Amino acid sequence: MQYSKEVLDHFTHPRNQGKIKNASSVAIVGNPRCGDIIRVYIKVGKNKKGEEIIQKTGFETLGCGAAIATSSMMTEMAKGKTLEEALKITNQNVVKKLGGLPSSKLHCSNLAADALRKAIKKYKDEKEKNKKVN
Amino acid sequence: MPKKRIYLDYAATTPVDKRVMKAMTPYFSEKFGNPSSVHIFGQEASKAVEKAREKIAVFFNCSPTEIIFTSGATESNNLAIKGAVKKFYTEPKNKGIKPRLITDSIEHSCVLNTCRSLEKEGLAEVVYIAPNKEGIIQIKDIAAAINENTLLVSIMYVNNEIGTIQPIATIGKFLEKENANRKRKILFHTDATQAVNYLDCDVEKLGVDLLSLSGHKIYGPKGVGALYVKKGTLLTRIQDGGEQERKMRAGTHNVPAIVGLGKALELVMKEKSKIAIKTEKLRDYLIARVLKEIPQSYLNGSAKKRIPNNANFRFDNVEGEGLLLSLDLEGIAVSTGSACASRSLEPSHVLLALGLKHEQAHGSLRLTLGKTTTRKEIDLVVNKLKVIIERLRKISGDVLKSFQ
Repeated sequence: MQYSKEVLDHFTHPRNQGKIKNASSVAIVGNPRCGDIIRVYIKVGKNKKGEEIIQKTGFETLGCGAAIATSSMMTEMAKGKTLEEALKITNQNVVKKLGGLPSSKLHCSNLAADALRKAIKKYKDEKEKNKKVN
Repeated sequence: MPKKRIYLDYAATTPVDKRVMKAMTPYFSEKFGNPSSVHIFGQEASKAVEKAREKIAVFFNCSPTEIIFTSGATESNNLAIKGAVKKFYTEPKNKGIKPRLITDSIEHSCVLNTCRSLEKEGLAEVVYIAPNKEGIIQIKDIAAAINENTLLVSIMYVNNEIGTIQPIATIGKFLEKENANRKRKILFHTDATQAVNYLDCDVEKLGVDLLSLSGHKIYGPKGVGALYVKKGTLLTRIQDGGEQERKMRAGTHNVPAIVGLGKALELVMKEKSKIAIKTEKLRDYLIARVLKEIPQSYLNGSAKKRIPNNANFRFDNVEGEGLLLSLDLEGIAVSTGSACASRSLEPSHVLLALGLKHEQAHGSLRLTLGKTTTRKEIDLVVNKLKVIIERLRKISGDVLKSFQ
């Protein structure tokens, strides 16, 4: 498999790897059949302007080199962004930042941004629900 | 200093033995003649081809006239199966009958896809027998699949992924008995590509009509192979052109490669028993260490009916491509049945045929040893493997549990 230097770096030294304590939201994407599963953890806080931002990220990934590298890169990209900015991160953005992926990897192993969006949406939905309850 | 590289993928291909290379070398620019030419250059080349054919005949205990040179096992398998089917249709007595082929679901893709293409073209009906959990084909399943239109049974001698040895000689005997009471004789073909290095390939003992082999799996060159065709076996050629190989395989002989194939087989014959014992010992050591020292590790395929150089493991909560990549970064070359390492994005059909789940097939790793593999190399690989699996398991956490 011909991977870029950046991919190999994130594969061998994944950033933000592991669970995080008191996560604001956790989401999982992928399935065992195709082989790649990503679980992403986010901790939401506020910036100086009072906007909600992603303070901390974490991930656990069962999958190939590309799946691990895209997970790692995504968690780096999301950190510090407001929820609205982070929602705009696409799988394509992640791949671009990694200097590309072999074509066979573009589909199945490139789910990290999907996982992030799922986690943010879940967080927002929860918040909305709590509002209604209160 | 670059790391010393360790190659444990000998089932994929082997290096050309230096002695083989030496035998081949004169046939590139010095004795370069076309064996079909009448002059002295042609005679020289033709003599070399015939000498190689004789060596191969000795190895398989057959007559030199029963050997057809091809470009490799893929072509041999195509010729055996398609050639038999093509011949079937040329005989008037078969008019209106579709032949049945019987094979198994863990064959190499060159046999499976040959059968599938014949099916697609409407030229044959194919039964694909599933192996048992150990990866062994059961004779009773072959017996049950036979009908009056059965033309050919094709069962590989050794599986290329899990290294399981099929009971070829027993199947041969069974078919011989079966044929005694049949009008239409069933042909028996075996793809012996992975067997030649270690197992008895006497075609009389095996009871086969057709046997395929490849050069590059036995320390010979790539692009050459052969098909044993028992005298009297009815085949039609599948490639048109010149009259080479008794009109069975058109195309100028690949003389240096054929010489190399002959030399490679000569060496296998001489050194096989010694190498087999040494390799099996090392392989057993590898299996024992992995299963003992790496938690949640398993051996795929029968532990006993197994070619001496093959170990195929699976590890829970690890994906094979990541594993292969990590080992590759350490200079260690292996292979995996994970979909993530294949272009088709489908996991190994062999592992699925054993009844493994997709996620189990994804976590598989094949290590195949060669004649120069050392214990030191095995130790190094197991030590690295332990660290790598621990790291990848840490990264994967327990995500699989969410799906159970």
